[in-house]
Amino acid sequence: MSDELIRQLASILLQSSPLIIAVSGETITERVGVINLSVDGTMMMAAMTGFVVGLKTDSLLYGFLAAAIVGAIMALLVAFGSFRLKQNQVAIGFVLTLLGDDLSAFLGQNYTRIPGPVVKHLPIPVLKDIPIIGPIFFNQDLVVYFAIVLIFLTWWYLNRTQPGLHLRSVGERPEASFARGINVNRLRYIYTIVGGGLIGIAGAAYSLDVKLGWSDGHTRGLGWIALAIVIFGGWSPVRGALGAILFGATKALATVLQRTFPEVSVVAFNSIPWLLMIFVLLTVGSEFTERLILLMPKPMRGPMSRALRVSPPMALGTTFENE
Amino acid sequence: MQVELQDIHKFFGPVKANAGISLQFEGSKVYGLLGENGAGKSTLMKILSGYQPADRGQIILDSKPTYFVSPANALTQGIGMVYQDPLDIPPLRVIDNYLLAKDKKLILNYQAAKKEMKDLLSKYNFDVDPDYLIESLSLGQRQQLELVRLLSGGAELLILDEPTTGISAEQKEVLFDSIRRLAYDEGKTVILVSHKLDEVQELCDYAYVLRQGKLVGGIKVPCPNERLVEMMFGQIPVREVRPDHELGKTVLELKNLSIETPRLTVQNINLEVKSGEVFGLAGLEGSGQKLLLQACAGLLRPSQGNLLLQDEEITNWSYHHRQQAGVAYLAAGRLEEGLVAGLSITEHIVLAQPKHDFLVDWRAARDITTERIKTYQIVGRPDSTADQLSGGNQQRLLFSLLNSPLKLLLLEHPTRGLDIRSTDWIWGLLNERRKDGTAILFMSADLDEVIERSDRIAVLSGGVMSRIVNAKETTVDELGHLIGGQA
Repeated sequence: MSDELIRQLASILLQSSPLIIAVSGETITERVGVINLSVDGTMMMAAMTGFVVGLKTDSLLYGFLAAAIVGAIMALLVAFGSFRLKQNQVAIGFVLTLLGDDLSAFLGQNYTRIPGPVVKHLPIPVLKDIPIIGPIFFNQDLVVYFAIVLIFLTWWYLNRTQPGLHLRSVGERPEASFARGINVNRLRYIYTIVGGGLIGIAGAAYSLDVKLGWSDGHTRGLGWIALAIVIFGGWSPVRGALGAILFGATKALATVLQRTFPEVSVVAFNSIPWLLMIFVLLTVGSEFTERLILLMPKPMRGPMSRALRVSPPMALGTTFENE
Repeated sequence: MQVELQDIHKFFGPVKANAGISLQFEGSKVYGLLGENGAGKSTLMKILSGYQPADRGQIILDSKPTYFVSPANALTQGIGMVYQDPLDIPPLRVIDNYLLAKDKKLILNYQAAKKEMKDLLSKYNFDVDPDYLIESLSLGQRQQLELVRLLSGGAELLILDEPTTGISAEQKEVLFDSIRRLAYDEGKTVILVSHKLDEVQELCDYAYVLRQGKLVGGIKVPCPNERLVEMMFGQIPVREVRPDHELGKTVLELKNLSIETPRLTVQNINLEVKSGEVFGLAGLEGSGQKLLLQACAGLLRPSQGNLLLQDEEITNWSYHHRQQAGVAYLAAGRLEEGLVAGLSITEHIVLAQPKHDFLVDWRAARDITTERIKTYQIVGRPDSTADQLSGGNQQRLLFSLLNSPLKLLLLEHPTRGLDIRSTDWIWGLLNERRKDGTAILFMSADLDEVIERSDRIAVLSGGVMSRIVNAKETTVDELGHLIGGQA
């Protein structure tokens, strides 16, 4: 494998890391049955807060911490409005998105386009020298390592632990969870806030690492991408992360194509990731997939249908009240 | 364990679901709890199993007064309930569902749990693969899992809510055997909530009867059926004799009809339904009856074959086209598919009118509504919304929305969840339709109903249709064999 390609792959992984973190956060939130639609606004607020706090305290840790807290607060607003005040989850999230966009622009107006703290490159000794894998995965910084660990940690927590099973059951059928003695709304508060905190960290990962600094609408649109990738990944943390990386790869591909065909408009290549995403969203879990599965030889159908057929958590976006 | 309910009261708004009920249950016995719809059986059992608190009254376990904050709490004190729609998590695997909230350990121990579950399952002759998804199981299997889960949680008193509705004859035998074993070998108490008198007679030692939120009394069973019926209704309702009827020309004809779905393929259906005929479809849930009805209604496109309505080819007609031609379809999900939960009775009537003007004549609509409410004996006001009505009244409303005359009426579980009186009333209505020459094709999980109400019957098993049998000459036993796929 050429050095150029390896460098390219390493760069894709770095670029995708904040998205992976945001997707994990939203996946956790939705698996417990809550739609936090405020991702885009939350990420902008967090990116701004993380940058400003990092700059003022000269501490990356405080920057990320502040961003996580902002994310958690935004998520808490969605949760409180929905569970306690019985208002529409989607509406609250949507308005918070708009709010986050403008509020971050206002609060961060004195901090635009100035240099600030940067997450340091941190190769892992020994591991970084493994051919191919080393330079891609272990010659990175803490944000990337966090994202990678988070993928597997989320998967493990959801699928191998008792609290993770509680989480999933609440997102699927809260009445049954309640009958087993699970406090449905408490879990929904907890995981919505945890998810929001991760989305906040993702925002700061842009302003402090991947897309350095702050400017008006610094991460605009990336939150919506994260929301789409959660669906794209079929609400699985691992597939969601693959979706985020695939998205990063198509973006990189667009850049390469741009260089190769300078005469074609830039805008044309920029739409490639979206084309891919809309194709997948339209086909996965649809009647089309069902037909595709029927065309396959019998022994393949089972595994294929498990891989292609995705369905959202049954209780997604609903509220629960025990009688 | 000895369980006593003392003076239980529960009100829902002005409705007295339970008005001072006192009962006693002892170990090593099987109890039947009888009563028509709305008698308060479910409410009482939900209170006993911790799903909802009583407004007044006490639960006493082994002479200690207690109360439950949740079903899980009730289970730790030895009481568990299997709901008619089991309270499991359909998208989970069997083993995950079993492990959910079972212990407080962080990491799930699949191997130990699988072994434990397998042992329990085989002890009661149940058979479920732990790696399957719950949603791919039959209702009977889901029930078995709930039973096993409650037993492993330490249940001493088990409540089963209408456990035999929608399960196969074979599963019923297994279930009854396990109930007997639980009571007589293991000393547990079992309460069977049911409206099927024969089952109560067969299985129970003692029956309590509720009527209008009160306890009518208890009786040792077996006893004469008439005695139970009298307790349930206050009098013995007159059974309408099924009128004989001259059949007319063929209304619906299916020729080599096949329907393919990812889950099930229905193959090569050939059948005719004549004017004035009632044709029953029997079979386990998910054997293809519903697909067949939906194909006739125009909601599913068959992959092969032809559909004829009075000799006219309608295979490619849409649902609305067929509706205009006099085909009506009533789905089982009353609130999901048939009615609009938040709309009033008047608004439903307006929507169901054959002609729609831009402006609605509300005064006229109200008059029609008042008249329909009277004719169809719906307990509700014109502005009651559909979700405020009880199940029986929702069904009446659905029937009141059907236009006349109809050529073909397709019914999915027309009387599911209804008591004897409502059921008789619905069939009276259908028999009226029959006189007008409407052909009726219906499916039901209740074999007695299929045999009693149909002219001819076909059984579907895994998407394959059996020979067509004459309702007068068949028995539950014969149908049971056909359901199992035997010729």
